[in-house]
Amino acid sequence: MKAVCWHSAHDVRVETVPDPKILNPRDAIIKITSTAICGSDLHLYEGNIPTMESGDILGHEFMGEVVETGKEVKNLQKGDRVVVPFTIACGGCFFCQKDLWSLCDNSNPNAWMAEKFYGHSPSGLFGYSHLLGGYAGGQAEYARIPYADVGPLKVPDDLEDDKVLFLTDIFPTGYMAAENADIEPGDTVAVWGCGPVGQFAIKSAYMLGAARVIAIDRFPERLQMAQEQGKAEVINYEEIDAGEALKEMTGGRGPDRCIEAVGMEAHGTDAMAAYDKVKQGVKLETGRPTALRQAIVACRKGGDSVYSWGIWWLGR
Amino acid sequence: MERVDSSGTITATTTEEIINSPLVIRNLQQRSLQEVLADYSQKPKPKETNLVDQVAEAVGLTPNIQVEKTVTIDRPASELYNYWRNLTNLPNFMKHLKSVTNKNEAGTVSHWVANAPLDLNVEWDAEIIADEPDHLIAWNALGNADINNCGLVRFQPATGNRGTQVKVVLEYQPPGGALTNAIAKLFGESPQEQIGDELNRFKQLMETGEIATTTGQPKGPK
Repeated sequence: MKAVCWHSAHDVRVETVPDPKILNPRDAIIKITSTAICGSDLHLYEGNIPTMESGDILGHEFMGEVVETGKEVKNLQKGDRVVVPFTIACGGCFFCQKDLWSLCDNSNPNAWMAEKFYGHSPSGLFGYSHLLGGYAGGQAEYARIPYADVGPLKVPDDLEDDKVLFLTDIFPTGYMAAENADIEPGDTVAVWGCGPVGQFAIKSAYMLGAARVIAIDRFPERLQMAQEQGKAEVINYEEIDAGEALKEMTGGRGPDRCIEAVGMEAHGTDAMAAYDKVKQGVKLETGRPTALRQAIVACRKGGDSVYSWGIWWLGR
Repeated sequence: MERVDSSGTITATTTEEIINSPLVIRNLQQRSLQEVLADYSQKPKPKETNLVDQVAEAVGLTPNIQVEKTVTIDRPASELYNYWRNLTNLPNFMKHLKSVTNKNEAGTVSHWVANAPLDLNVEWDAEIIADEPDHLIAWNALGNADINNCGLVRFQPATGNRGTQVKVVLEYQPPGGALTNAIAKLFGESPQEQIGDELNRFKQLMETGEIATTTGQPKGPK
């Protein structure tokens, strides 16, 4: 089959590789019908994520049609259309039972490596380094899905791929940011970053009861999408001071809930941003927390809900 | 009797308390695991140590490598004990073990074969010296071992009825001081990481019915 393979920073190629096989009784193989490139794939592309190996197949946002199932997979049949979550979860451990699927105890075969970095291992992920399992990803014609009786979500035929593909990762990521912000009816929610996570966080904030959403970015096309599709008010922080503007727009109080959807490669215009860039360059810190810092300052008193949903590569 | 030392750690004094303590190696307090297990099981140490070892032990310089690792598994102790007690099951999740075969009907004496670097094997016979259903299995290598070793696996209900804590404590004497380092890194991972890895696989097998793997999946050219 054809698959997108990582070789080194800035070197990603489409290669011909063997087709995947069933390796465990709870596996399934799917023929992929749609796949996406995630913002976090850029961290791999840039070479910022350790324990990638040349030849690794990328991709953790994908869906398709079941073509084969292992003998313990009873809930899926050949021909079923499924969306596959990017976190691989066994369904039976303490964490899965608490709905903390991304913290599954059992799905990372390289848990000992992750324990060295983090203390504990999160779940395995598709196409996201050997530290996180080394599983072949879904930017390919076929993929092997471990614990296929747990993760994949069956999709009714009348929903086309483009309407459900985002359930793999990006929509739940934005939704969870809004969910964790504990939004109350009438709240004003500020969202830093209008990339895909931010766009979904905006929509999710309204779904969860926000009366008003203010979105902050510097790219006009992203701000336009936030405004037109997300129904957010927008601030271009290159044109005005976002902190001041937020305060003025919210009667001096500040937004009730603040969601940071930028992450470790934040861009900023002030002196602190330049300082962060220098520190990251010399490895004194591993991310540039411009947006996070601003969100903390802007949030109203007692609005203790600043959530960071970009990837933070925390060095220890 | 147990007392609390200045660092707040429970310090066990009897061999039974040591074996059931939260931090077994710490509570050995310079004694070897083999010695404590011999006391506990009231079986003599199988192999007389030579004079150098005796001196080293007397001055607290035991050349033993001691490893302790615990994992919580969401299964009853009886199920975990029963799987482990059939020692021939161990190679199913211990990837460095080639085989374990029973040498008597009761399965108390067994022959172990493990992988070593350079395609070599290390082999030994082991005897179960303590066997307490649903709680403890302790074993000791018999006299002809390539690597003198002993160990225990302990099953205790986790606090709050949250599964079973499975603790493994191992002690082994590398065959020769110069090789100590090489043996410590026998399998690439440190001994602690290695036993943690084995326990993770035991947990996977018991909780999910299979062992998570990527061996055999497709990969592009290097």
